[in-house]
Amino acid sequence: MPRIGAFVCWCGTNIAGTVDIEQVVQAVSEMSGIVYVKDYQYMCSEVGQNLVKTAIKEWQLERVIIASCSPRMHENTFRKAAKAAGLNPYLVEVANIREHCSWVHKNKEEATKKAIALIRAAVAKASLNTELIAKEIDVENRALVIGGGIAGIQTALDIAEAGYQVDVIEKSPSIGGKMAQIDKTFPTLDCSACILTPKMVDVASHPNINLYTYSEIESVNGFVGNFEVTIKQKARSVNLEKCTGCGICTEKCPSRKSKSEFDEGLRTRGAIYTPFPQAVPNVPVIDREHCLKFNTGKCGICEKLCPAGAIEFGQEDVLVTKKYGAVVVATGFDIIDLDKFGEYQYQNHPDVLTSLEFERLTNAAGPTAGKFIRPSNNKRPEKVVFIQCVGSRDVSSRGKSYCSKICCMYTAKQAMLIKDKYPDIEVYVFYIDVRTPGKNFDEFQRRAVEEYGVNYIKGMVGKIFPAGDKLIVHGVDSFTGDTLKIEADMVVLAAAAQAKPDAEVLGRKLAISTDTNNFFTEAHPKLRPVETHSAGIYLAGACQGPKDIPETVAQAGAAAAKVIGLLSKRKLVSNPCVSVVNEDLCNGCLSCLKICPYDAIAAKELATNNHGITSKRIVAKVNEALCQGCGGCTVACRPGAIDLKGFTNKQITAEVDALCH
Amino acid sequence: MMYSYYPGCTLKTKAQDLERFALISAQVLGIELAEQQDWQCCGAVYPLAEDEIAGKLSAVRSLAAAHSKGEKLITLCAACHHVIKRVNADMYSNEFVRKRVNNYLQLPKNYNGEAKVLHYLELLRDDVGFSKLAEQVRMPLTGRKIGAYYGCLLLRPSNVMNFDDAENPSILEDFITALGATAVKYPFRTECCGGYLTVNDQEANEMAANIINSAIGLEVEEILTACPLCKYNLEKELGTNTKVRIVYFTELLAEALAIK
Amino acid sequence: MIRVKITPNNKQSQLQYIREISGVNINKCIQCTKCSAGCPASARMDILPHEIIRLLQLGQVEKIFHSKSIWNCASCFVCTERCPRNIDIARLIEAIRLTIIRQPGKSKFKPDDVPGIIDDKMPQQVLVSGFRKYNR
Ligand SMILES: Cc1cc2nc3c(=O)[nH]c(=O)nc-3n(C[C@H](O)[C@H](O)[C@H](O)COP(=O)(O)OP(=O)(O)OC[C@H]3O[C@@H](n4cnc5c(N)ncnc54)[C@H](O)[C@@H]3O)c2cc1C
Ligand code: SF4
Ligand code: SF4
Repeated sequence: MPRIGAFVCWCGTNIAGTVDIEQVVQAVSEMSGIVYVKDYQYMCSEVGQNLVKTAIKEWQLERVIIASCSPRMHENTFRKAAKAAGLNPYLVEVANIREHCSWVHKNKEEATKKAIALIRAAVAKASLNTELIAKEIDVENRALVIGGGIAGIQTALDIAEAGYQVDVIEKSPSIGGKMAQIDKTFPTLDCSACILTPKMVDVASHPNINLYTYSEIESVNGFVGNFEVTIKQKARSVNLEKCTGCGICTEKCPSRKSKSEFDEGLRTRGAIYTPFPQAVPNVPVIDREHCLKFNTGKCGICEKLCPAGAIEFGQEDVLVTKKYGAVVVATGFDIIDLDKFGEYQYQNHPDVLTSLEFERLTNAAGPTAGKFIRPSNNKRPEKVVFIQCVGSRDVSSRGKSYCSKICCMYTAKQAMLIKDKYPDIEVYVFYIDVRTPGKNFDEFQRRAVEEYGVNYIKGMVGKIFPAGDKLIVHGVDSFTGDTLKIEADMVVLAAAAQAKPDAEVLGRKLAISTDTNNFFTEAHPKLRPVETHSAGIYLAGACQGPKDIPETVAQAGAAAAKVIGLLSKRKLVSNPCVSVVNEDLCNGCLSCLKICPYDAIAAKELATNNHGITSKRIVAKVNEALCQGCGGCTVACRPGAIDLKGFTNKQITAEVDALCH
Repeated sequence: MMYSYYPGCTLKTKAQDLERFALISAQVLGIELAEQQDWQCCGAVYPLAEDEIAGKLSAVRSLAAAHSKGEKLITLCAACHHVIKRVNADMYSNEFVRKRVNNYLQLPKNYNGEAKVLHYLELLRDDVGFSKLAEQVRMPLTGRKIGAYYGCLLLRPSNVMNFDDAENPSILEDFITALGATAVKYPFRTECCGGYLTVNDQEANEMAANIINSAIGLEVEEILTACPLCKYNLEKELGTNTKVRIVYFTELLAEALAIK
Repeated sequence: MIRVKITPNNKQSQLQYIREISGVNINKCIQCTKCSAGCPASARMDILPHEIIRLLQLGQVEKIFHSKSIWNCASCFVCTERCPRNIDIARLIEAIRLTIIRQPGKSKFKPDDVPGIIDDKMPQQVLVSGFRKYNR
């Protein structure tokens, strides 16, 4: 029996308020193997840690039990303390008597009993703990950023500035994301392009940044410090090096029916196109679905006209495989489809717009060159109605249960932009609640009301009835209880923000999880907001949840800091609590391989020599660097051949036995 | 194909046209509709309260009868369809209702919402197909401007009725187009006509008026309906106004099939 | 005029009854007014559907019992269809109607009323629904 010391923490009154510490200490001191017990108000404090260190030395402790808060909180703290006192850190065991006990119980007697039982289990397990040695692995000092919106741009610039190489993968032909589509930005109303395009140029010209536009992730292998990513560069049909961006091809292309994605379908574009004039790279791409050459074999005008000879119809998709130490996911968001909201007539009427379409409509570089007109008749509207929460806070099958967070602010912005240019236009905003937390945000929204005279109506719109060239908006003002009919010329719908449709697929490739709404999940909502549960993979921007630009940029910087921190370590210490296969017991069924979420298990051929007869058989093999120690495989294994170091079947059984004692 | 057919009371009295034209058209289209034996009034409105079981029994009798024959149950009146479809959904997913109804009815076999209920229009759309229907049209209604009036009961609540997009439906317009006429979508086509409020309020019915004005505003000549109550309310509101006529969809069907 | 007193004790049982037979959780309502904004019968209502729910949340059943709104709801299900919080408002209003007409002598539409409204075109459906909705 090893010599065990136990340390019981009060956590102020957090534990001591519900658990009778004195009784616990008494009971623990009688457990077999215990040679030392100590209680203290805050065991995690320096004084507390010193108590542990001193006791290890003075009492020659071989195992340490800390009865305190969750191991997620302070396991590392106490492991470090043990290490400093010369004890292998994996000989420390935490009994969670706070989250699992004092916080969830009211009855002191029962809580005390439970605390003792939890400690007894920890003692039983600790007796079987063995010394574990963490290994070191090399770190590839290049980072990958997926998504070239403002989140990806900022992350890449910050990492590059710190001196590391960064590759940015952007799915569309240009970086920029939604911010490039936006006209002016809240809360300062500065022009979006003016603050974004210089950053886009910085990305393109930075010696440490390498851009892969019109590209996607094909597959991801490896693990923190050593990811191996295959990138698919879709055939652009234009040579990136040769093209000078003169634009003659995009101007002369005779196929003009495709709707411009960048202009939200408010304008058409050629089959060869650059999404917008400030695109980075400023190199067009051929949309093969609409290109006459690809469809009929005839045409090829762009090829004939290109002075640089950059058109290459024969290009094919190219796969590139590269290694990275860290990955940042910054794939952004979308707004929802409005198909299911027929009452707003979005499908039936050109003057009913989404918020994003509105951004293009007021943008000086947009389809109307900034002239504010109704798409139906090119006349200036006299009354504009904004409707917020279209699909947000909506738990029915057509909406999203969450608040989209950005709409209150951008609607106020859009309303002010109209009033600023055309004070005579009447503007109404229907809202459920106005939510404007953020620096200078509420002041911004109030300005719309107080200075610009935007009519805010607390209530929703039931339906819009087109009549002649008007849109009759039927709504309610909840303050007065009046039903309203507004004869509008234009209606703008603040459609809910939603996750990218392919987020789940990308998540699976990266082995990171998505929440019920398909936004990527952070490792901890408060304490680890930019990390994922997969080491070395970080999140930035709206792919993690709806966000405005200030928040996105802040998160991008945080993700970059995490990446820089990781890359600056030449070597990484791996978690030694990994699975290990007992090859004698393994029957090669590979159930473990199928369930491992981290692809850490492979098949291995084993040559056996039985009295001179050699035969081969398959066994499972764990890649220790990939294994995250989740333990899934240990339960899937029927012969019990695979075990998790630090959490062996024997240890768990001992714990359970002790609990049932 | 053989179907069980539930007519409902109003079709046997005040709305005989709705049924008559439906039945002769079915014959031409090769649809065999066998009227159920001993059907009872569906109750006209679906009992919304959780504790109302009695009002659901007659619908279940018809549903169970159709199911035991292995046939789909076809309805014609929008109100009957609404009641039967919703009761069926209760029998499928509401344990409380299912248990009580089965205890009460003591059918040879417990009924658990297995039957499929189709409105005649759904039958045309899903089983016959509007393109097949168009092929059978002998006297296309070319040039006639017809506005579909959906009302409430076929469409809502859409998660149970599953009839069409509740806010932007198209089944009736597709039907009109199949008959060769011009379908006009007017904004009030899915609004309520006032329904049973007519017993309550004998003054002007602004709800029906809105619908009529909206249709007339787009030069609709005929308003198509599947509900005797809607037809009554709209016609009452219309009074002597002859700008627009209210017709059952089956009447136009028979006309286009040249059997009216 | 009665000033609002939140949930008078003697109304608790009626409130409970309404909750029970409607099966609706009124606490889910965020007072967005979508129901009222689309209600085709709102012109005939003194209290709008969203206000009915608010009053229920405050336990003010008496005010609702005295309103004409509940008798003028057409059960058209527009509100139910569009409510972003999945509240079946039509069911709730039905439950309020039933709470009243299930009391003896409180039926709103009686056989004696029939001759006054009937005409030769009126479909049976009208009378059957009328009795189902307003009579017990
Ligand atoms: C109408 C409207 C108005 C707004 N106005 C303002 C405002 O005034 N002020 C403000 O602060 N915020 C505003 N916002 C919010 C702002 O748009 C977001 O905060 C910002 O765009 C988030 O940046 P992002 O980089 O995370 O995402 P995005 O801008 O969506 O960029 C994501 C990028 O990743 C790329 N991508 C996606 N999937 C993949 C993939 N699988 N592989 C490779 N690349 C991929 C996309 O093509 C895109 O380029 C507004 C939003 C809307 C809808
Ligand atoms: S629509 Fe629903 S959430 Fe909105 S006020 Fe009506 S009941 Fe409440
Ligand atoms: S069901 Fe009643 S309350 Fe709801 S929208 Fe229709 S008439 Fe109004």
